[in-house]
Amino acid sequence: MIQRTRGEKIFNVFNYIILILIGVTTLYPLLYTFSMSVSTKLAAESGGLHILPTWGQITLDPYKLVFQNVEIWRAYGYTIFRTVVGTVGAVLVTCFYGYALSRPNLIWKKFFVGYITFTMLFSGGQIPIYLNIRDLGLINSVWVYILPMLISAYNTVVARSFFAGIPEALNESAKIDGAGEFRTFFQIIVPLSKPIIMTLALWIAVAHWNAWFDSMMYITDQKKIVVQQYIQRIVNESATERITDLGAAENAAANLTSETVKSGSIMVTIIPILCFYPFVQKFFIKGVTLGAVKG
Amino acid sequence: MKKSAVIVSDAYLPKKKTLATRLKTNLPLLLMILPGFLALLFFHYKPIYGLLIAFKNYKFKLGVFGSPWAANNGMEHFIRLFGGNEFAGVLGNTLWISLLRMVFGWPSPIILALLLNEIRCGWFKKLTQTLTYIPHFFSWVVLAGIFRMMFSSVGPVNSLLGVFGFEPIPFYSNNTAFLVLLISTAVWQALGSSAVVYIAALSGVDESLYEAAYIDGASKWKQVLHITLPSIMGTITTVTIMNLANVLNAGFDQVYNMYNYSVYDVSDILDTYSLRLLADGRYEIGAALSFFKSFVGMIFVLGSNWFIKKISKDEYGIL
Repeated sequence: MIQRTRGEKIFNVFNYIILILIGVTTLYPLLYTFSMSVSTKLAAESGGLHILPTWGQITLDPYKLVFQNVEIWRAYGYTIFRTVVGTVGAVLVTCFYGYALSRPNLIWKKFFVGYITFTMLFSGGQIPIYLNIRDLGLINSVWVYILPMLISAYNTVVARSFFAGIPEALNESAKIDGAGEFRTFFQIIVPLSKPIIMTLALWIAVAHWNAWFDSMMYITDQKKIVVQQYIQRIVNESATERITDLGAAENAAANLTSETVKSGSIMVTIIPILCFYPFVQKFFIKGVTLGAVKG
Repeated sequence: MKKSAVIVSDAYLPKKKTLATRLKTNLPLLLMILPGFLALLFFHYKPIYGLLIAFKNYKFKLGVFGSPWAANNGMEHFIRLFGGNEFAGVLGNTLWISLLRMVFGWPSPIILALLLNEIRCGWFKKLTQTLTYIPHFFSWVVLAGIFRMMFSSVGPVNSLLGVFGFEPIPFYSNNTAFLVLLISTAVWQALGSSAVVYIAALSGVDESLYEAAYIDGASKWKQVLHITLPSIMGTITTVTIMNLANVLNAGFDQVYNMYNYSVYDVSDILDTYSLRLLADGRYEIGAALSFFKSFVGMIFVLGSNWFIKKISKDEYGIL
């Protein structure tokens, strides 16, 4: 057992203090938003840190207002659609490409590797991408949420390096038993690759859940926007009227401020993430080591 | 005997496969490549081809290829872009923000990983890691919304400052205060998720190295300097090269959601400028801007990769 010197003990105390402070900076914004989202007008307009809701000044009115709103539910629907369909599609396309690259007998391998690696180095940029989406006729099409995110170089490289680590003997024995590449992939490789598939699925799902830029750029029909874009309008363009106007008469009596409504709307989009997070965190951390990309 | 053996083996040697047979045996794999190939072709390579309009006078009816070349050997739009009265300021803001992000954002996750590495209490380590990772899962739409309330003139941060007798800080209208807010929240958001790579690398370090160093009388600081840091050097260089690709990305998602007119002078960046060009229908100049951004990014990645390979004698590098 290594004994600690006096200096190390002092360092250790400071270390704990620093890390606790860092932890607090991530916890506090969440507590603040939550506490605002359940505050009455009186509580919200009083100063203070709002670490916890003031007892006796708690109301669910902001949530009632948010949930009454048809627009936010519709936007939620598009977010769920893109997250589910987009993730399934992207995982499949990424794993196909990565698996093919991991096979030693693939024809024109150098080309296919270069073809995807180059996309990490150079891209068309905002305006050519916009014009391309427009030329493809995808403006106001929900497929604009799905198709451009089907494959990314980094994810493919991670998948490839995982598949390359699976012993070749498994492939060969499957082949001897008469299985083709697709059957080998789905029946032998996929069951062995659950960790990487989970990791990729979560990375992609979070990217879909949080995406807003494509909705702002390519969707002009306000009935097809995703929930992040909706929040962007409410919160950052200070268009709280979008919500409050809907029930103006009721709101006069209700216990609302624009801050509590914003907080409620934000909570509604982050609660699903916070619920999932403890269960899936290990996959995110594992993914880093799984995808230890070399070369 | 020997001769016949040669003949026999020759007859049974597989013939050199023709392209057709190779394609046939590769058909399933090529089918697997196909969806990804097409997705990249239509959503990545086609826009790169579309960059051609930076050198042309784009006419929608004639298409990218058919449009006539721009004046000055096709460089007209670049001349107008670089000579325009907005470009220098926007480029300066971008470089300044991304430089500050790198200077503060590069060492912070390494320091966090080193600090966490010294913690012996398992649950505390895990809890801290879990908490610091959370902001990574929130979009900048949400984070900017929370900050706008927290750092507003009547928000909790300013009321806390008031308790200690400070004047309220106008985070969203003072240039310097806004920059400090922008950089610190950017570093904060990426802190936990960037540290994970280093934490993983650190957990792979052989514990006996530290014991040996301790027996030889190396202080804690010497151990960090001579064991811990060298063992994560490869990870550090990889991350550095990847970061350099972003030299002209000042974090569009964040800036766009956080800035406002009163801090335009310091926060209008290449990407927000590009968005304005798009809205104004000035596609060619916008494409010239996109080309410039991608080109510089590529040069930085290739250059830093080459440089790091050279000084490390091919030990580190990503390509």
